[in-house]
Amino acid sequence: MFHIYCPYCAEYREEEEFHPKGQAHIARPADPTATSDDTWGEYLFFRDNPRGVHHELWVHAVGCRKFFNITRDTRSYAILETYRMGDQPSVTAESMILAERDAECGVTSTATMQGVPS
Amino acid sequence: MSSTQSFRLASESGVGSQIDCDKPLSFIFNGKSYPGYAGDTLASALLANGVDVVNRSFKYSRPRGIVAAGAEEPNAIVQLGSSEAAQVPNVRATQQTLFDGLTARSTNGWPDAQRDMMGLIGKLGGPFMPVGFYYKTFKAPASMWLTYEKYIRKAAGLGRAPTESDPDIYDHMNRHCEVLVIGAGPAGLMAALAAASSGVRVILCDEQPVFGGSLLDSAETIDGMAAFDWALDAVERLAALENVTLLPRTTANGYFDHNFVTLHERRTEHLGDTAPTLDGRRQPRSRLHRIRARHVVLASGAHERPLVYAGNDVPGNLVAGALSTYIRRYAVRPGKRLVLSTTNDYAYRTALDWQNAGGEVVAVADARANPDGELVERAKAAGIRIISGSAVVEATSDRKGHRVNGARVAAIDIEGFRVSGEVELLNCDTVATSGGYSPVVHLAAHTGVRPVWRDDILGFVPGQTIAAFEGFGVVGAAAGVYAAAGVFESAVTQVKRALASDGIDAEEVQIPIVETFREGAAVAMYQVPHDKPTMRAPKQFVDLQNDVTAAAIELATKEGFESIEHVKRYTAMGFGTDQGKLGNINGMAITARCLGQTIPQTGTTVFRPNYTPVNFGAIVGRHCRELFDPERYTAMHQWHVEHGAKFEDVGQWKRPWYYPQKRRERADGKLESMHEAVVRECRAVREKVGVLDASTLGKIDIQGPDAREFLGRIYTNGWEKLAVGKARYGLMCKDDGMVMDDGVTTCLADNHFLMTTTTGGAAAILEWLELWHQTEWPELEVYFTSVTDHWATMTLTGPEARNLLSELTDIDLDRDSFKFMEWREGIVAGVPARVYRISFTGELSFEVNVQANYAMQVWEALFDHGEKYGLTPYGTETMHVLRAEKGFIIVGQDTDGSMTPEDLGMHWCVGYNKPYSWIGKRALTRSDTRREDRKQLVGLKPLEANVVLEEGAQIVLDPKQAIPMRMVGHVTSSYYSPTLEHGFALAVVKGGHKRLGEKVYLPMPDGVTHVAEVVGSIFYDPKGQRQNI
Ligand SMILES: [Zn+2]
Repeated sequence: MFHIYCPYCAEYREEEEFHPKGQAHIARPADPTATSDDTWGEYLFFRDNPRGVHHELWVHAVGCRKFFNITRDTRSYAILETYRMGDQPSVTAESMILAERDAECGVTSTATMQGVPS
Repeated sequence: MSSTQSFRLASESGVGSQIDCDKPLSFIFNGKSYPGYAGDTLASALLANGVDVVNRSFKYSRPRGIVAAGAEEPNAIVQLGSSEAAQVPNVRATQQTLFDGLTARSTNGWPDAQRDMMGLIGKLGGPFMPVGFYYKTFKAPASMWLTYEKYIRKAAGLGRAPTESDPDIYDHMNRHCEVLVIGAGPAGLMAALAAASSGVRVILCDEQPVFGGSLLDSAETIDGMAAFDWALDAVERLAALENVTLLPRTTANGYFDHNFVTLHERRTEHLGDTAPTLDGRRQPRSRLHRIRARHVVLASGAHERPLVYAGNDVPGNLVAGALSTYIRRYAVRPGKRLVLSTTNDYAYRTALDWQNAGGEVVAVADARANPDGELVERAKAAGIRIISGSAVVEATSDRKGHRVNGARVAAIDIEGFRVSGEVELLNCDTVATSGGYSPVVHLAAHTGVRPVWRDDILGFVPGQTIAAFEGFGVVGAAAGVYAAAGVFESAVTQVKRALASDGIDAEEVQIPIVETFREGAAVAMYQVPHDKPTMRAPKQFVDLQNDVTAAAIELATKEGFESIEHVKRYTAMGFGTDQGKLGNINGMAITARCLGQTIPQTGTTVFRPNYTPVNFGAIVGRHCRELFDPERYTAMHQWHVEHGAKFEDVGQWKRPWYYPQKRRERADGKLESMHEAVVRECRAVREKVGVLDASTLGKIDIQGPDAREFLGRIYTNGWEKLAVGKARYGLMCKDDGMVMDDGVTTCLADNHFLMTTTTGGAAAILEWLELWHQTEWPELEVYFTSVTDHWATMTLTGPEARNLLSELTDIDLDRDSFKFMEWREGIVAGVPARVYRISFTGELSFEVNVQANYAMQVWEALFDHGEKYGLTPYGTETMHVLRAEKGFIIVGQDTDGSMTPEDLGMHWCVGYNKPYSWIGKRALTRSDTRREDRKQLVGLKPLEANVVLEEGAQIVLDPKQAIPMRMVGHVTSSYYSPTLEHGFALAVVKGGHKRLGEKVYLPMPDGVTHVAEVVGSIFYDPKGQRQNI
């Protein structure tokens, strides 16, 4: 039921058009043969399950077919930003803590919905 | 007719705004016919006829009557429908508009409401059915639970689904608006007026047939008009505006992220139990509106909270406001002598309504020591006896418990939770109570917002909105604002704020002028103390639908349940179809009292969609029967249909399964069985020639300078040397080394390939290719396009395949110039074709691919020429047998996501020395994939020729071991081979590759144990000579 902003189509689309594909930013080790069984096992099977900020890989499956990233708050389901493959998130667990601290100090932030200039 | 409606007020009384006395109707309840009027609800009509007992209770089977007048009704839950197909369970009689011929039954009570089986258990009673009764009694033996459950559910009622299919149709609609207003009481009407004046799109919905909410029951004046007339006028003004959509009989049932709200509009449920036609056309029974709103204004009002006291479930106990509703809207005063018990001023309106309607108000028991509000004064002036500092501690009833016959009123000490004075028994037939109001926060709770408790209004209101629900506001009673002036004010303020956030200046809206009156403060009381302790007092019900008592909650807390979520689950409080709309807050308050806490310390309450039960038809909409899922047909589908094919669903595809023929040897002309057809089709392929419609195989066109490199990374085997004109079988793994798909890929040009995938895997494989390209290897220049539907594929296979095809093509089919695993472009039956010499049957095969729109002509041409060669169409079943005889796997049947290429004995298809560490390679050297006892693909040959092992049957090495036996594998594919004249199977067996020649055992549920020999997985033509003739 979410509205998700596809960074390639550059518009909000219904959640039904998208598939979630799990945790984002999991790079395949560059030289698998030089990678230990443990490290390879980590890469294959182990995923984060954070309470709070989570970076996820999604695909605009019945839209542009592009994969992209979503930063989501697993507590509120709020989508904090969406960004293209290869880009880095601007919202992270660390930045959220800083932002909350700033908010307490009365600093106003100019957060935007899902990374779209508003 | 009206003569029998003994509780209906005379039309001169001036009440009954909703009913039309000139339109009498008749309806049937529990087999008996009653009269009513157009505009009645089933509940008001039952009360008018003096029907006290409308149901039996869930657990104790006690007689129950109507308690409320709206969605919160816990007791009057009925099964609707005059025919089997029209059955609808769990309809609230309070929300069902009466129509002529309406037929309803009590939901609870088996075998019927009067001779009630569970009543026995219920009457054996309290001590035998303590809280957690079901958990404690029926938990052992666990295997019996299913049996108990069946009877408990049947006996407990909760309605039943129809056994015939629903004749009605249901619609879904998508809508968008700037402002969605939920609830059309004073707050909702005002919010809609304010929003509409700015010209934005407004949708206003209300679950009732008539807009107005509490204004319909109100004696107040607004702008000098009667409240009721003001509501009518407001609706008229809204209806005249083009930017406003009014949806009566429409319940907002779910509130989801980003202001997506589902509204369930009952279009015809007030007209009949199946939708009548309109201008000869079928009307949808209901519409599910899927609304995406910029702003949502929740004006859902509040539910009056009943008090909890002994005997409060006997028919004749109602919440106070419901009586006003029945009197004012339906001209029904369901009794003669009323005792009212209240904690607040508002309930006095009911006392006045009752008296004005000619009833006797025996007394008002007011829990407050010095009630002094204006309404109290009016009641005093009307000569009503007010007993302050007191409450109804118990409603007494006749012997059968069918109706209240008295109220025990006593002075009470709320703080000390005790009866502090003498008990006075008042003769009455109706007890009404009001413990204050609970804002209807359900939809707000759907957003994940926890309601917060407010001591000043003694209720939960929606908490702070969260990010995904930007644009959400609550107004009026839902926000804890009850007085009319404040309600209007809150609605206008909220709408202005919402529109301002979009840069829209709302027009100045005149806030209506309402009479204000002095209100005395309410007092907090939920459970009324009894002269006996709770555990020994007569039952004091908290959740009437689930039969949860105050004593049960007290017991739960004594047994150590402290979290409200645990108490709810243990007692089942709030788990009925009403989601505890009346009882939850009282239950929480009692829990708090027992634990010595405040209500906010005890917790809050969570509600989930749907707000009221929604029937499946409304959810399903038109997505049923042929529209349930898209059906995909190949270009030759009509031919298959005309030739009697039986079809198999493969994903969304309809594939010919087999083509049963009329049996020639039999005079009766019966069709072949599947077995007979498959035997015939298999023989035709092995001896002459057959043709399969293989169009459904996934086809992905891959182009780009790096296409070849990409294939090398995604497939387990090598592609760098595959020349133009050649094809190769490829195996695809996930990066964990497990086989995920296979298929033949051909080289069309140096930078152009055509990949085929399994029929079911086509979409997933395309996404898989895109995933790797986009996320790991964006530097590769390669493009993927699905061309599955563009090409039709016909597999000609069998010793005569070449002879037949040569009659139709200009392609040189010579075995040495057009070799196995090659493809040629040419003309087949007059159209351009790609022909592949590949084989999935082991026989000489040509796969003819033509543009799909030419395919039927080519297919028919094959048959025009094929008769003399014995050309036989075959389906997927024969295809499966033939490929299994050759040991060719089907991914997803012989594999299950835990098989490596090596487990399948397909080392030949693994490029161990490819330069790039292809997907899956690294995992093949992990310790787990190197285990020698992994399940490996083998063939199984049953010792008895005619045995066909069951697919999925478990394999053991020692049939004499004790149960549970050690299972070492299972059968993945199993058929009878007409060629071998023997049953045979593919199976996975632990360490199977080293067990060739061993015997294994397959114990079956019927006690028979089959014996089979482990053999190689290729049963037929192991050297592969037949495809090379
Ligand atoms: Zn897109």
